[in-house]
Amino acid sequence: MSQAPTSFLENAPVLVRDWATGFLPAPARWFANSLIDIVSILAVFGLLFAFLTLAERKILGRVQNRPGPNRVGWAGWMQPFADGIKMLTKEDVVPIAADRVLHFLAPVVILAFSILTFAVIPFGRNLVPLDLDAAVVYFFAASSSTELAVFMAGWSSHNKYSLFAAMRALAQLVSYELPLLLSFVPVVLATGKLSTTGIVAAQAGWKWGFVPHWLVFTPWGAAGFAIFMVSALAESNRSPFDLPEAESELIAGHLTEYSGFKYAIFFMAEYFGMCALSGMAVTLFLGGWQAPLPALEFIPSYAWFAIKLMALLFGFMWIRATLPRLRIDQLTRLAWKFLVPLALVNLGTTAFWFLSTDWSGPFQAIRWAVAVGLVILPAILLGRSLGSGLGPRTYRYA
Amino acid sequence: MLGTGLLKGLGVTAKNLVGSFYDPKRFVTTQYPEERTKLPEAYRNFPFLVSESPEDPMGTLRCVACQICEKECPPQCIYIEKSRDKKPDANGKMQIYPAVFDIDTAVCMSCQICVEVCPFDAIKMDQVFEIAATDRFTGLLLDRQALAKPNSYFHQIHPTEAEEVDGRLAAARRAAEEKARAAAAAKAAAKAAPPAQPPAEAPKPAP
Amino acid sequence: MSATDLPPLAPSPGPRIRAVHDEFHGDLLEVSMGPHHPSTHGVFRMNVTLDGETVMKLKPVFGYLHRNHEKIGENTSYLSSMPYTDRLDYLCSMTNNWAYALAVERLSGQAVPERAEYLRVILAELTRLLNHTCLAGFLLQDGGASGTPLMYAFREREKILDLFESLSGSRMMCNFQRFGGCRTDAPAGWLDSVRRLVDGYGKFLDEYEELLTGNEILMARTQRIGRLPAALAVSAGITGPMLRAAGVPYDLRKVEGYGFYPRFEFRVPIGADGDTYDRYMVRVLEMRESIKILQQALRGIPEGPVMDPKARLRGFRPKPGEVYSRIEGPKGEIGFYLISEGGPNPYRYRVRPPSLINLTLLEDLCLGHSIADAVVILGSIDIVLGEVDR
Repeated sequence: MSQAPTSFLENAPVLVRDWATGFLPAPARWFANSLIDIVSILAVFGLLFAFLTLAERKILGRVQNRPGPNRVGWAGWMQPFADGIKMLTKEDVVPIAADRVLHFLAPVVILAFSILTFAVIPFGRNLVPLDLDAAVVYFFAASSSTELAVFMAGWSSHNKYSLFAAMRALAQLVSYELPLLLSFVPVVLATGKLSTTGIVAAQAGWKWGFVPHWLVFTPWGAAGFAIFMVSALAESNRSPFDLPEAESELIAGHLTEYSGFKYAIFFMAEYFGMCALSGMAVTLFLGGWQAPLPALEFIPSYAWFAIKLMALLFGFMWIRATLPRLRIDQLTRLAWKFLVPLALVNLGTTAFWFLSTDWSGPFQAIRWAVAVGLVILPAILLGRSLGSGLGPRTYRYA
Repeated sequence: MLGTGLLKGLGVTAKNLVGSFYDPKRFVTTQYPEERTKLPEAYRNFPFLVSESPEDPMGTLRCVACQICEKECPPQCIYIEKSRDKKPDANGKMQIYPAVFDIDTAVCMSCQICVEVCPFDAIKMDQVFEIAATDRFTGLLLDRQALAKPNSYFHQIHPTEAEEVDGRLAAARRAAEEKARAAAAAKAAAKAAPPAQPPAEAPKPAP
Repeated sequence: MSATDLPPLAPSPGPRIRAVHDEFHGDLLEVSMGPHHPSTHGVFRMNVTLDGETVMKLKPVFGYLHRNHEKIGENTSYLSSMPYTDRLDYLCSMTNNWAYALAVERLSGQAVPERAEYLRVILAELTRLLNHTCLAGFLLQDGGASGTPLMYAFREREKILDLFESLSGSRMMCNFQRFGGCRTDAPAGWLDSVRRLVDGYGKFLDEYEELLTGNEILMARTQRIGRLPAALAVSAGITGPMLRAAGVPYDLRKVEGYGFYPRFEFRVPIGADGDTYDRYMVRVLEMRESIKILQQALRGIPEGPVMDPKARLRGFRPKPGEVYSRIEGPKGEIGFYLISEGGPNPYRYRVRPPSLINLTLLEDLCLGHSIADAVVILGSIDIVLGEVDR
């Protein structure tokens, strides 16, 4: 545990929770605390989802030289509630031939597992809902279970096109599981722990007083972070990997037979997945709730977590605004032929890094050079093989 | 290296995102209806009929119901019925006038051919575009009451064109008056001249 | 390039559906894309037969926007057909007007004053700029960039449309050319606005290219997709940037030299592979050449009348005869074929629509590619349904 100054703001959430449940007897207190944790996560991330949709539209608008929604409420901030009302009042149509139970369960499954992933993310110094020893494994198990719901949706619709689209979406999700998992194995190697609180604690402190020990500031950490973020983009079906969603323009996507609130739930689950994966990236690579400079520690830990989370989510939206989308075979090729080999090489780089921790003096420079080279060189070589035959061209004139 | 093109693209969008807060060239939305863009003078939407005076719009229409615009209109959206009687126009000459002049703005394609072919500068293009109606048949059918607008309005919306038209009409009027005066003077001179000359050597001037 | 140089025509691309159903390949999927579809550039339908993801057969179905343009032309006077030509390729009304006016002028033997010819070149090149900008935006929109390149393209297009509005009164349906010149002269300050726009356009193109041209995802989506061999392009009658991207150096502005184009110095970019990326890049390079032409035209435009003084608006009856005249529109060769019997209406009025003729090769280009590519290929052919269906 860190010995940071315990300001009032820092401890406020825990104090409030203890005050609310203090009068209960001890066994019930644990139950009530957990309930409060669950409700507050749902409330915070539900509201965050609502305002993320608005933020996305406004950021996309500003990038495109226009304001985004600005008519509903002051400067548009009531737009998500208007959209929510719209979604709720739509008719819920279930096809006659569909498997009603699976059709109903698919959104339930995807939402349940997405929310379950929030249980192990440390939002602040004392704000982790569930402190498991194998928290990271639990997180990725829960987030992979959401892929089941994609297939349930496609299968239960009893629609040839939806099934094909669901299989395509599933292929994308499964392909990107591997780089996602491989990219955090170096983190476990480095910190020796699978528990999220442990990993955050291992990134505590500052080198030379101002460079934090966050894992992203090492060569292998930066590479791991990049691979993790690209895989997170693909796992949450965001641009440039949103062909399963866009395919619904061409062939019915796996969500065609869903309308109204059920569709909103799938949408919500996508955003929750985005938030959870970003939260995990913050935990694993960006030092969790820790401040970047000692002087800035007066800002409470959950505020730092929120700032870092918002920065990553902004990155997601920025990428969506800029990049066209990849075709399904191109994105699976990217996963298997580029990201997986890079992640495996990254493991080797991490191993080298930790074997050379004790090198002194000028050897440190060599250590850095070798590590950086081991990160960059395979990227260049693999990139060249991936993009062979493609490239800018020169044209002749008649 | 793979990805440099993508990073350059991200840079361009970042420039636009940040620039949209302070650079008007990177935030080009006009918040209609609170703000409106200024329409250029040449902008055209649907036609209107020009009256010389605002007090008596029906009586001082320049239109003489020659029906040229009705014939030339490509989608044939103009319907004209001539009047039975004649009324003096702005120059005092007795002209027929349109008893019915209807334009169906649901059909009109704003091509401006009626304006080009009108020999009397009686029909010009208006600039009003907020004319939504709840009934798509009678609400969009404009009769001559709705179409007649005064010349001062024409000066307001198309100043250059209105001045040129006024100049031309005034010059035509002056030329007509000159001709009439010259003809009257010649006639008076022929009457006052001695009648002794044989008519073959002194041909009468034509009136 | 004479007909004897070309290899014999490929066997006609008839239906290639396997009639056999086997356990490995299964049924083929027939999908109808459109006519209500965000990616089909108008009311256009493609009946695509798919084997998994690969296109096996593609049948374009159009005609949803047929408005009897040619029959109306037979029943209206020559002047009254001019506003209808605006609505053919509704993005490029100035060039449609010019093509029609050129045909009638050739039929009736009218001369066009110098200033009008310069003005026509300026407007045609501005139209080419706005059409190619639109195409770049739409191609990327179909490729999945959620709107950003499209919005930048439309931001610049708005400036050109404002210029058209202050000149002719209308942004898109300009109805500006007449037989013997242009309808009115440019208002005061208009040419200066054009100069300002043209000088700033190069900078916009630089920023746009920085966003797009080196973008690896764009290259992966468009290179080696929809390859068009030069021989097939020529034998199918393809014209415009699609032909030049296939490697055939044929631009009517150079070959026929209509209007005052021979006075201007410009180059014509030629592609090497004929794939979608080449079609996109040829258009971007053509935009830069258009900027050059505009700068030369704006420097050299003389004072004078813009209309042939002997031209008559009403009662226009050209001598009996027939004419086919064509110009290099932004989408290809747009031609008008008129037969006059001496009356006020033409006896036959026919439009050669470049979009339709370029579209006939859609199946050949899409075979063997995935359906996501079919959308990108359709976008790169650059069709406007107003022209395809007339």
